[in-house]
Amino acid sequence: MSDVETKEAVYVTDQLIADDIDAYLVQHEHKTMLRFITCGSVDDGKSTLIGRLLYDSKMIFEDQLDALQSDSKKVGTQGQEIDFALLVDGLAAEREQGITIDVAYRFFNTEKRKFIVADCPGHEQYTRNMVTGASTADLAVILIDARKGVLVQTRRHSYLCHLIGIKNIVLAVNKMDLVDYSQDVFDRIVEEYGAFAREIGIESFTALPISGFKGDNITTLSDKTPWYKATQYAGITLVEHLETVEVLSSVDADKPFRLPVQWVNRPNLDFRGFSGLIATGSVRAGDKIRVLPSGKTSTITRVVTYDGDLEEAVAGQSVTVCFADEIDCSRGSVISIADNPPQTADQFEATFVWMADEAMVPGRAYWLKVGTQMVSATVQEPKYEVNVNTMEKLAAKTLELNAIGVAELTTDKQIVFEAYADNRTLGGFILIDKMTNATVAAGMIHFSLRRSQNVHWQAVDIDRKQHAGLKNQRPAVLWFTGLSGSGKSTIANLVEKKLHRMNRHTFLLDGDNVRHGLNKDLGFTEADRIENIRRVGEVSKLMTDAGLIVITAFISPFQADREMVRSMLPEGEFFEVFIDTPLKVAEARDVKGLYKKARSGELKNFTGIDSPYEAPRNPEIRIDTTVISPEEAANLIVDTLLGDA
Amino acid sequence: MKTLTHLERLEAESIHIIREVVAEAEKPVMLYSVGKDSAVMLHLARKAFYPSPPPFPLLHVDTTWKFKAMYELRDKMARESGMELLVYQNPEAAEKGINPFDHGALHTDMWKTEGLKQALDKFGFDAAFGGARRDEEKSRAKERIFSFRTSSHGWDPKNQRPELWNLYNARKARGESIRVFPISNWTELDIWQYIHLNDIPIVPLYFADKRPTVERDGMLLMVDDERFPLQPGEVPVERSIRFRTLGCYPLTGAVESEAKTLPEVIQETLLTTTSERQGRAIDKDAGGAGMEVKKQQGYF
Repeated sequence: MSDVETKEAVYVTDQLIADDIDAYLVQHEHKTMLRFITCGSVDDGKSTLIGRLLYDSKMIFEDQLDALQSDSKKVGTQGQEIDFALLVDGLAAEREQGITIDVAYRFFNTEKRKFIVADCPGHEQYTRNMVTGASTADLAVILIDARKGVLVQTRRHSYLCHLIGIKNIVLAVNKMDLVDYSQDVFDRIVEEYGAFAREIGIESFTALPISGFKGDNITTLSDKTPWYKATQYAGITLVEHLETVEVLSSVDADKPFRLPVQWVNRPNLDFRGFSGLIATGSVRAGDKIRVLPSGKTSTITRVVTYDGDLEEAVAGQSVTVCFADEIDCSRGSVISIADNPPQTADQFEATFVWMADEAMVPGRAYWLKVGTQMVSATVQEPKYEVNVNTMEKLAAKTLELNAIGVAELTTDKQIVFEAYADNRTLGGFILIDKMTNATVAAGMIHFSLRRSQNVHWQAVDIDRKQHAGLKNQRPAVLWFTGLSGSGKSTIANLVEKKLHRMNRHTFLLDGDNVRHGLNKDLGFTEADRIENIRRVGEVSKLMTDAGLIVITAFISPFQADREMVRSMLPEGEFFEVFIDTPLKVAEARDVKGLYKKARSGELKNFTGIDSPYEAPRNPEIRIDTTVISPEEAANLIVDTLLGDA
Repeated sequence: MKTLTHLERLEAESIHIIREVVAEAEKPVMLYSVGKDSAVMLHLARKAFYPSPPPFPLLHVDTTWKFKAMYELRDKMARESGMELLVYQNPEAAEKGINPFDHGALHTDMWKTEGLKQALDKFGFDAAFGGARRDEEKSRAKERIFSFRTSSHGWDPKNQRPELWNLYNARKARGESIRVFPISNWTELDIWQYIHLNDIPIVPLYFADKRPTVERDGMLLMVDDERFPLQPGEVPVERSIRFRTLGCYPLTGAVESEAKTLPEVIQETLLTTTSERQGRAIDKDAGGAGMEVKKQQGYF
């Protein structure tokens, strides 16, 4: 260890461990926890700072130090000195390339607290990782290289931390040893940063002059910066500051009670409990509560845990509560204090951080998860995108990977929500691609749009059941999908004729016909195709409400769009009919001469040629037109439809 | 207003994770390796669903080379928790007589990595809880809590789903699965302290006692049964030892110790100067990236 600069700055592990382990354990038991992130690039000495914190709090063991020393000599960037960065860069690719790719989580303790550090890469292309790390942080340490001052990336990191709602910002002016511990340098940087922070709405921050490499002002005050005591930050060390700032969960405890229900606990007929993590507020037996979205009220009778019933539980605790009344409550419900419940809505404005290689597709249906609610949602074209380096608002048609923008969002059901600024749990959401199941975006709800609060469903006396009853049939949608020229229209026509002969009330919606009227304003871009399908879906739904059997014949190449229509309809009423004709066969038929045009480049975005067709994975009916005739296919479809009914 | 302690927050987070999996997965299972981390994970599962028993089985991917004391505790804990215990041994490894003395890295590969994949496929589990912690090893520090695996169980560290707030995306296609690590954010000290505060039963091997040992390649190995092949001139020596981590007994190094109580064990842990995985041969395979490579192949 001799070649490490240890000085007096080493954080002394509590002497208590050796002297009185029981007393130490009591002390450790009562520690609180702070989660923070460090932002900066390799050059700012971020990994070195974390390595230093781990080292000074004795979280680096001898075998790790040995490995570190040999790695430092092999691939380190600090000459013969220990390169703490190597301790933090865990993936082989990172060590080889000397960059941090992914968020890494590190742990250390002091006498007062346990710390979880999310180490976030500083490169622009990894915005998504920084947002990920920031989402669970109580505090952010923004690192600045004292020689370089406030850089574009400093602004970007600060903006992202502010966006995600971090209230405690620490400006760590690092590498002070390389500027002779100059107060002028420090003051200039703090002033410049202060002006920028005010501009983007950061209310306050704490600035410290440090050297992660030498250990100045990390765990003990440095004698190299005597002037630091006289600044407004009163000369506290980084660790002291981290030990004393208020943590998020104690702020959340003072808000109104909200418990998103994860799971209903019903071991036997005598016990019915609702389990979840308390998002905000506190709860005790006797509290009057309201369950959203139903709005039904009851009283808490017990707060149950394995270790006995609790008198009171607060934000951040996982509990199970019981009610006095048998009211409807299940996964996705939110239990709230009765007189101050959150709202429900289905249209919102929100900020999005796009996290997938595939750009946002306005109009496409994604899964949206907020708290324990999972719904289908579509996003409008962005109102604007934010340039994360300049904070300028730019016009945008979509959001690409790592882009941040504001857009409107519509969910297929009302969700229980609060503005993100008031409640991270009920205001923060993720979007999931329905095809790949990847998490493609994170979002933060600003507010619900007025129109969704004012447009109410008009209750009608004659409902869909009665419409269908009069026609003596069960409504359904036979949704044909397949390549152009696969035989959709031909078979769909035969199916309608058969059903008509059987006195069924039907309606055939054909792709080409719809584009002459209802959808004549739409072209063939991806967004227009999605809107085309959405409108057909809505019309089909109205027709099933009227009791009809609807037959549609559209290429409808995207699984997500077909799923969107499926999710509009009651369970069992949507039949995906896959007319499975190989491209070769369809192209050989080329009834309308379209493939020829597409091949010659005359026709753009043609499915199967320069636009993909996503075959259904689990269609209700699959017709292989290379094996059976259109007549046989129509019989099979009718039999399946009616047999199922 | 009361501020929760770090252990209260960790406990709440872990319970939340376990419940999310049960709510969203079709067929979850808990991997139970009988070590101290498994003990804490099992205890958290019991807390999560109380008064119901945890609504999933325990799965022990057995290498047949665990310490005897581990098998005893395993069976006891399954009885006590009211959970079904599934034990899986890779039949191919058994047939070929793969063992840690003759086959080195192949032993771990066949019994553990392959055995785990086979077991998950055989029972059709789509989500498996594991007791890994981020402070254990460098590549673990970068793994998500919900770690997504392809249908061939591969892990792609560069293509992990972002995990924001406490929102977990458990959606997957048929055949794909997730490994879930509810105690990702616990440290070794947290584990010990939680066991202490909650009086959680653990394998007695964690406490010092006189045990027959031999010294090999700088590791102290315990002679747990008659299958241990002694080299010419090698005689087991009684030493007061304990284990910081438990695996296959021929691969797990002991430390000399007098710590007979939990506080003494914790004290020793805190004052020690080597990390806990140091006693395990597995991390040393394949150079510095040993665990990362193993995980890509489907190891937990």
